[in-house]
Amino acid sequence: MIQRGHRGARAVVADPGQVELVDGAVGPELRVRGDWTLTHYRALLQQVRAAEPAERPDGVDLSRLAALDTAGAALLARLIGPERVEALAATAPELTAERRHLLQAVAAARGRAAPAPPPRRRWRPGRAVAALGARIGHGAAQLRLAIGFTGLVLATFAGRLTQPRRWRLGAVSSQLQRTALEAVPIVALLTFAVGAVVALLGMTVLGRFGAELFTVDLVAYAFLREFGVVLTAVLLAGRSASAFTAQIGSMKANEELDAMRAEGLSPIEMLVVPRVAALLLAVPLLTVLAVACGLAGGGLVILLSVEADPGRLLGLYGEVGVRHYLAGLAKAPVFAFVIAIIGCLEGLKAGASAQSVGAHTTSAVVQSIFWVIVLDAAAGLFFVEVGW
Amino acid sequence: MVSADEPGHGEPAMRVRDLVTRIGGTVIHDGLDLDVHRGEILGLVGGSGSGKSVLLRTLIGLRRPDAGQIDIHGQAAESLRRQPDGLAHRIGVLFQHGALYSSLTATENVALPLIEHAGLTRPEAEELARVYLALTGLDPTAGPRYPAELSGGMVKRAALARALALCPQILFLDEPTAGLDPVGAADFDRLLVTLRDALGLTVFLVTHDLDTLYTACDRVAVLAQRRVLAVGSLEEVAAINEDWVQAYFNGPRGRAARTARGRP
Repeated sequence: MIQRGHRGARAVVADPGQVELVDGAVGPELRVRGDWTLTHYRALLQQVRAAEPAERPDGVDLSRLAALDTAGAALLARLIGPERVEALAATAPELTAERRHLLQAVAAARGRAAPAPPPRRRWRPGRAVAALGARIGHGAAQLRLAIGFTGLVLATFAGRLTQPRRWRLGAVSSQLQRTALEAVPIVALLTFAVGAVVALLGMTVLGRFGAELFTVDLVAYAFLREFGVVLTAVLLAGRSASAFTAQIGSMKANEELDAMRAEGLSPIEMLVVPRVAALLLAVPLLTVLAVACGLAGGGLVILLSVEADPGRLLGLYGEVGVRHYLAGLAKAPVFAFVIAIIGCLEGLKAGASAQSVGAHTTSAVVQSIFWVIVLDAAAGLFFVEVGW
Repeated sequence: MVSADEPGHGEPAMRVRDLVTRIGGTVIHDGLDLDVHRGEILGLVGGSGSGKSVLLRTLIGLRRPDAGQIDIHGQAAESLRRQPDGLAHRIGVLFQHGALYSSLTATENVALPLIEHAGLTRPEAEELARVYLALTGLDPTAGPRYPAELSGGMVKRAALARALALCPQILFLDEPTAGLDPVGAADFDRLLVTLRDALGLTVFLVTHDLDTLYTACDRVAVLAQRRVLAVGSLEEVAAINEDWVQAYFNGPRGRAARTARGRP
């Protein structure tokens, strides 16, 4: 351990600090000895606590004190008390000036230190209800904010539609590359695999009724109406909503959004509208790809096990009405809009810290997947009722 | 304060010999020598891109030197780094932007090394942490707040408290007054001197702030031409005939800072 004030020395032998009450020359005194350092902090703390309730004797003998560091000084200052630390120059002349300064500085700091915060209050049912109410109120405010933001984006969007000069095609195409082109491999691979799994499941279940060939219909209906668009939307919710939140959130943390506003530029127009526009194009395009890959994956399984003629398989796929494809594709722009809006809004809501950006990114992904599935369920019900 | 040149004071707090660092193919330091005496505040200055930050990162063990020797209180930094409680207990670092952990409050930031390295329980560590925070002059109300809720000066003070938590012998500071207003910067300079005197620290700081050099530093080292070009008192260093040194110390800002300190 370090020995402050002891020239060029490092105590080789550990000498744990101690304090004891002894009878000195003029009455009882506290005798302090050994190393008062961070290493022995816990043991020293217990001794100091044990010594505290007793009436403090006037005398303090520091002549046997070995090493002393800031943590040890904090304990020693607590043991001796601020008044006696001030008087140390007279009462303990053996103490070096350095150590006296250290003790005085720490004693003064102890006086200024914040009191321990009150322990957390116990749980009570009333508070839980209040917390629930606060959460609901917060949720309602967030929903109102989201609706207001949607309106703002739509208004900005519509306002720029008539001004081709302000379409920001550069920003849109760069976003399109990141959200659509770079997502092609993962979307293709995933939907191909899911198509194959659906076909396998279909053959297992339908095979019991001798209706293996209807697996073709199962795969086609599932992908045209639901899986193609939902898988794409969920993937983009994970990929792009999170990216939007992180990009805009870190720009906000870097005061870039404030800089834009100060320059008279609208962050909605510069950042949000290109992302919304890019996703509005990306999700339908990727849905077409997802449907094709899903049908290919399912088709491969069917070809390998039930129907060996590719021409006949394509014919069977062709018998499924195009309206099912349209029913699926119609949902794509809605999902795209929801994902983009949630991703951008969470980015704008993020605070200045890394933790806040992270929390809002998580929230953006969870919310956008949640809304994609809720909207898909609602659309499913609606289409069934309407008979599309 | 003990005079650093006192005979029999043992080896310097830090001795650097023949340090070579390369990044990619570029040689950043070539045969750099530097001694930091015990108990002094040494300021390192140098132009942009002269490798000040790289030197600091090498000295605190975040980068391995490509060649050369770094001794801390007579022990090789390389061997200290391999000991579990070696380097971290001997040096404290204040990063330029504080680098407080954003998910912890100011008090928790200081308490963390005490819990992890010194084996204190959380209440014990937080009690000691509050003393450290008061020692660096942080307002008591700032302790339970998160770094994002603190001003730049408060973050620096809390980060300084964290750097002091394990009672290091040497304190490394990267641009301690950058981003502070002049009043806050002057306060911080005074705090450094006070803490050095009270805690017996050795302080190595990288700075651009001429006022810090004039008020806080005992000696100044100039980093130029891939080595420490000169070390000495401010007057000695300012007299060196090198373009950057002349532009730095005898430019308008250098003159203003000198006049303000009453050193013609």
